[in-house]
Amino acid sequence: MRIAIASGKGGTGKTTVVANLAVHLKNSKHSVAVADCDVEEPNLHLFLNPHLDIEKTAVVPIPEVDNELCTGDDCGLCAQLCRFKSLILMAGEVMVFPELCHGCGLCTLACPEKAITEGSRAIGVVRSGKANCIPFTEGEMKIGEAMAPPLIEEVKAASPQCDIELIDCPPGTSCPVIKALDGVDFAVLVTEPTPFGLHDLDLAVLTLRQLRIPFGVVINRDGMGNSCVHDYLNREKITLLGAIPHSLKAAQAYSKGLLHVGNVEGFDDHYAKLWENIQQSIGEARS
Amino acid sequence: MSPSMNTKTIKEIVVISGKGGTGKTSVTAALASLGPQKVLADCDVDAADLHLVLAPKNIRTEDFVAGERAFINTDSCVDCGLCLEHCRYGAVSEDFQIIPENCEGCGVCAFVCPEDAAVMLPRTCGVWHVAETRFGSMVHARLGIAEENSGKLVTTVRKTARELAEAQGASLILTDGPPGIGCPVIASLGGANLAIAVAEPTTSALHDLKRVFGLTKHFDIPLMVIINKSGINEETAKVIRDYCKDNGVEVAGTLPYDKAFTQAQINAMSVVEYDPEGRGKDLAAIWERIQTRLNQQDQ
Ligand code: SF4
Ligand code: SF4
Ligand code: SF4
Ligand code: SF4
Repeated sequence: MRIAIASGKGGTGKTTVVANLAVHLKNSKHSVAVADCDVEEPNLHLFLNPHLDIEKTAVVPIPEVDNELCTGDDCGLCAQLCRFKSLILMAGEVMVFPELCHGCGLCTLACPEKAITEGSRAIGVVRSGKANCIPFTEGEMKIGEAMAPPLIEEVKAASPQCDIELIDCPPGTSCPVIKALDGVDFAVLVTEPTPFGLHDLDLAVLTLRQLRIPFGVVINRDGMGNSCVHDYLNREKITLLGAIPHSLKAAQAYSKGLLHVGNVEGFDDHYAKLWENIQQSIGEARS
Repeated sequence: MSPSMNTKTIKEIVVISGKGGTGKTSVTAALASLGPQKVLADCDVDAADLHLVLAPKNIRTEDFVAGERAFINTDSCVDCGLCLEHCRYGAVSEDFQIIPENCEGCGVCAFVCPEDAAVMLPRTCGVWHVAETRFGSMVHARLGIAEENSGKLVTTVRKTARELAEAQGASLILTDGPPGIGCPVIASLGGANLAIAVAEPTTSALHDLKRVFGLTKHFDIPLMVIINKSGINEETAKVIRDYCKDNGVEVAGTLPYDKAFTQAQINAMSVVEYDPEGRGKDLAAIWERIQTRLNQQDQ
């Protein structure tokens, strides 16, 4: 079963929830794996301290033009067809701009002279290993790179099969998130009880409704703001899976990269309750 | 000053954060209430929040059309399966329908389709607005759900903000950047005069700050750091300060962990308006340092 932990914006505590829930599940003898798909800012490792012994370079295809075969100015078809402006014809030769290429393969397919073959270009790395017996996979995108979705796909593919797989999603509602949410059974949205939190939650809710993924909401730092999120959930008839209280102790533990489970009084119960509610919601979504 | 002369003197400051939730938007809103006449640009097009504080009145709204999306005309489709076979993004279903949220708009299906049943159509990815706020004109936008091209939307917002600044003779563009270090952030930084990273003293934020620093260095943009919520962890706050010192990054200021930020947000105010004597003074001092840094660049 794949469960995504997502949020409309960053910094709501999404990663904290993944880390604590994973440890709670492991402590209660579940088979659980985690995958950090927030490849722009992978932070889960800071909380789970995994030992990552496998590292693989993630690549995307990139065209390579054989200038012997290419008829250049007489043709120019590839440059004309490429939707991402990653090929241009200059001084009779085709130039490739690798950062713009989406690796769609159209140029290779279209070239009448078979002058294009596909090589590969590194976009980041996928690392895997274990964090205290929990299988752990993460991706890290190269700085200055813009192609997150293919890397996210590789992270998900590299994550081993377990009864429960927790996916730490990138924030937002655009392409990377959609890729991370692809094929998940349930999503847990993490938010904060503030006007910014509510606004971003609403976007995340729209996204999940559009993707038809069942979901529930966790309010993190409950009590720090006002009741706007609670009111919204009631109005929209969205399941509140849990409310994790605002506490300076919890913020301090977090700042040091410490987990709440096992370190902050009362938080083990919050996560036990959260898991109970998630299971119940998944059950209801299935029936 | 004629608008054309002014072009050169317009400065653009982009507030970024790496990790979300460090208070980037609250800081941007606070800076918006200080300094000279400016144009505001919200480039956090994925989850824009600045409007919640600034209550903009939109005076112009435009669809954001970028790229294409495939469409399959069922009447002429002969179910040959070529599109499905060649689409690399899983955007063609088994029954030859386009799954819009997966479509990259690459045009492969249209190219391979023997019946011209698969066609490419222009794609509306979002909407952008020009608005008035109590702190000046503002350009803001919203990317549609599951849409791409956020980088291009950011570019559109910035371009419009620059045109406005030129027309109004404003000397500053203040941009609320997107979080992360991916394509929208890259689009929001290119050609800016100064990036300000808002960092909180947590292990995660420090990790992200290092990546943000790498990014600004890569694009050769000067960087200043504001340490927010310093009270959470003085030790890590010091580590961040040391990191900045070692890398020649100036710290524009430090803000304590203060309920005033949340309260200001709840009241739809900037923290300078909500708490002028407290946090407002801190931010005024930060603004002074930013201003000094910008002036130094002219010499
Ligand atoms: S399509 Fe092939 S032959 Fe034509 S310009 Fe491109 S590489 Fe050269
Ligand atoms: S693979 Fe696609 S995106 Fe890349 S150069 Fe070829 S046509 Fe353009
Ligand atoms: S345009 Fe490209 S991504 Fe979209 S359906 Fe066609 S082949 Fe697939
Ligand atoms: S390639 Fe064209 S005709 Fe063949 S299945 Fe796709 S849309 Fe239909």
